[in-house]
Amino acid sequence: MTSPDAPPAAADAALALRAFALWPAGFGGLWLRGPGPARDALVERLGSAVRLRRMPAHIDGERLHGGIDLAASLAAGRSVSRSGFLEEARGGVVIAPLAERITPALAGSVAQALDHAEPAERFGLVLLDDGAERDEMPPLSLTERVAFACDLGSAAPGDLASTALPAPLASPAEIPACSAAGLEALAAVSLALGVDSGRALRFAALTAGASARLDGRDFVQESDLAAAARLVLAPRATRLPPPPQDDADAEPPPPPPPPPESDADTPGDEEQEDNGTPDPDQLIEAAAAAIPPGLLEALADGRTRRGAGSGGGARHLSPLRGRPLAARQGLPRGGARLALIDTLRAAVPWQALRRTEGETHSGLRIMKDDVRVRRFEARSASVTIFAVDASGSAAFTRLAEAKGAVELLLAQAYVKRTEVALVAFRGQDAQLLLPPTRSLTRARRALTELPGGGGTPLAAGLSMVCTLGTGLARRGYTPLLVLLTDGRGNIALDGSTNRAAATEDALKAGRAIAAAGLAGVVIDISPRPRPEAAAVAAAMRARYVPLPQANATVLSKVIGALA
Amino acid sequence: MNRFPFSAIVAQDEMKQALLLAAVDPAIGGVMVFGDRGTGKSTAARALAAILPPITAVEGCRFGCAPPDAGTCPDPCTSKKTAKRAVPFVDLPLGATEDRVIGALDLERALRSGEKRFEPGLLAKAHRGFLYIDEINLLEDHLVDLLLDVAASGENLVEREGLSVRHKAKFVLIGSGNPEEGELRPQLLDRFGLSVEVRTPQTLDARVEIMRRCAAHERDPAAFCAEWAPADAKIVRKIAKGRTRLPSVETPDEVLYDASRLCMACRADGLRGELTLMRAARAQAALEGADTVKRKHVIAVAPMALRHRLRRDVLDETGSTTRIERAVAEVFG
Repeated sequence: MTSPDAPPAAADAALALRAFALWPAGFGGLWLRGPGPARDALVERLGSAVRLRRMPAHIDGERLHGGIDLAASLAAGRSVSRSGFLEEARGGVVIAPLAERITPALAGSVAQALDHAEPAERFGLVLLDDGAERDEMPPLSLTERVAFACDLGSAAPGDLASTALPAPLASPAEIPACSAAGLEALAAVSLALGVDSGRALRFAALTAGASARLDGRDFVQESDLAAAARLVLAPRATRLPPPPQDDADAEPPPPPPPPPESDADTPGDEEQEDNGTPDPDQLIEAAAAAIPPGLLEALADGRTRRGAGSGGGARHLSPLRGRPLAARQGLPRGGARLALIDTLRAAVPWQALRRTEGETHSGLRIMKDDVRVRRFEARSASVTIFAVDASGSAAFTRLAEAKGAVELLLAQAYVKRTEVALVAFRGQDAQLLLPPTRSLTRARRALTELPGGGGTPLAAGLSMVCTLGTGLARRGYTPLLVLLTDGRGNIALDGSTNRAAATEDALKAGRAIAAAGLAGVVIDISPRPRPEAAAVAAAMRARYVPLPQANATVLSKVIGALA
Repeated sequence: MNRFPFSAIVAQDEMKQALLLAAVDPAIGGVMVFGDRGTGKSTAARALAAILPPITAVEGCRFGCAPPDAGTCPDPCTSKKTAKRAVPFVDLPLGATEDRVIGALDLERALRSGEKRFEPGLLAKAHRGFLYIDEINLLEDHLVDLLLDVAASGENLVEREGLSVRHKAKFVLIGSGNPEEGELRPQLLDRFGLSVEVRTPQTLDARVEIMRRCAAHERDPAAFCAEWAPADAKIVRKIAKGRTRLPSVETPDEVLYDASRLCMACRADGLRGELTLMRAARAQAALEGADTVKRKHVIAVAPMALRHRLRRDVLDETGSTTRIERAVAEVFG
């Protein structure tokens, strides 16, 4: 495996599938991203070999863990217990459709089952992930515990449907072990790609062995290590491998001759194909070629693998709307609604007792303690608050661009269901030009009418944004602050023209924003990036984006990535 | 069951140390482990619970009463016999309901015989052992409040569904989480005794060793565990010795002053920092087999006892560990 070109996704998926079939409990499972014929073919193939069980994303705790079957118990007059889904799935393979919708709570329980000490008590997990964007993905606690990740979104099914699956191994000892040099190479790849999980290391070593075994060999060679790096390590990469030393040119594909250092102590450079002394650099390259393209973009953006889903704010509990959660004890007041069925269920077990204790009228006896109320989990709407520096220093250079960006974002707001508010500061103080709205026309008008010129009351602008943001957060919105400024405040909070005091006030206001926990981004719109704006960003604990050549499209892209 | 042995965990010395301290003196008040996934957090906690010598409990007691406490549980247990049982290790899943955690009405009895009986929850199960919560930062707030309250008081008080029950629930609370995925409220963080930060080792050798040991364990769990049994047994003996020594460890006044000065120097909020620092230093001394607490013990445990209690300073981006080290250097030169 010396070619940096990754084999087609379907071939890798077939390899992952076969390795998984060798020892489902050891590999944990597969994470299959992107719906399509290739994925269907794979699942179908798997289903013909092992017992598959589907786990709906909305499965409740009772069904998951088992317990007393209330309906059956009442009918039978004795307690009837029912086994839980996790128990029933032992030794088999669980298919989780819509895996990107799995809640952290469900994921926690499943992860625990996957961690069971006895491999025979575990099950394999296949995550079918239909997430459209990079942000929408199954809970990390699950993706972490399955060995393989394959993106099959655009892959042709190839011969996936006819892949010959190996019989499960009787003992994991049948998987060949990696040589010391092989382990070292995998460790080097993991370091280069910033893969920090011990589980990933374990999976990688296991995968290399499984690849050899599938090939009918009892030793691990370089192609096995490359497969492990591609299938296990590359999808977990958190950074790009550093460019290979100094001799790297602008074009990476032609691999440089083996670096002298790493090969100085290993004889026989020529026979890397089969002598088990792999070259980590080539492995890293092979793995880097298999890094999913979206990940690179995310890394280039400086974004991590988490973050709020698009258009959605943070999740919070709501008594009124959203996804239903388990009912809780409580009285239906303050907007909470009665959960009738749960109330009855809470009351039923007590009927026998209450009948013997209380008076003798027939019918259900429901007491205050039985009453349950409904709860929902809602995603709060996010509001992007723009604070635009319309002072003389900023106005003439960039105000028009800032206006354009706000307009573009506003147009997206319809799609992403976010709202936009606009604060401008110039002259002596800050002004709320536009309270949170989705109205395109109003926002446009406010923007067009926004005049420029005058001093820079940066501190006033920041404190207005802070007040607005905390107020919105309290009302259940998730605010995101976008500050467009050059950071050179010259009007202090008290209105006096004093640069030193103005800077101090601005930093203070920035820290107040950080203390309130409001997320934000500072966009430096001065023609040349300046330390002042960076200092304000640091105080706000916000991202700092210098945009010397900003235009409306670039701006809205940066903000769109954060919102 | 052949769990991955405690002593076979590569590196992660601070986490192992914190767990040992908590095992010697459960009153330290729990360990919070921060770190990425796959750094061996739960492996270490489970492994430690698995090697501890079994506890003696009243036979058949659902609340795990120790023999001197016989009859104090809600059942109450009456058996004169005692039985050995493994140190409990309860893994609290994120989705656990309040019912499952604190216990609830025994539905079976209520349905069948109209009898009001308490069905113990996970808290009762964890009594005298460990309660481990992965991703505690994602757990619902009201559950975290409840857990910390019980962990601090050592007693679970149930007043619901017409039940009025109290039972002992003394356990070492171990929480883990990745701060980047959600913060724990500072008030809650403060109630954990110790906190450690773990990372997968960044050296080639350590990583190779991790893979090698994992593979060996997978290949033949029994043989691997047997190989590490002597090392584990040594740790068990160390804990046992530490436990017997702990009550007699003396704390001289000058060490108390040292601890206070250190807390002031790094501006740790609240008194809990000093109390935990002293407790942990005592446990550290006991673990090392010393008769009195010395300054070096305080310094050894200072990062884990204080790290999570420092006030956030927005302008100072230095990590809390560095700030504590700086304070140690300032105070003790």
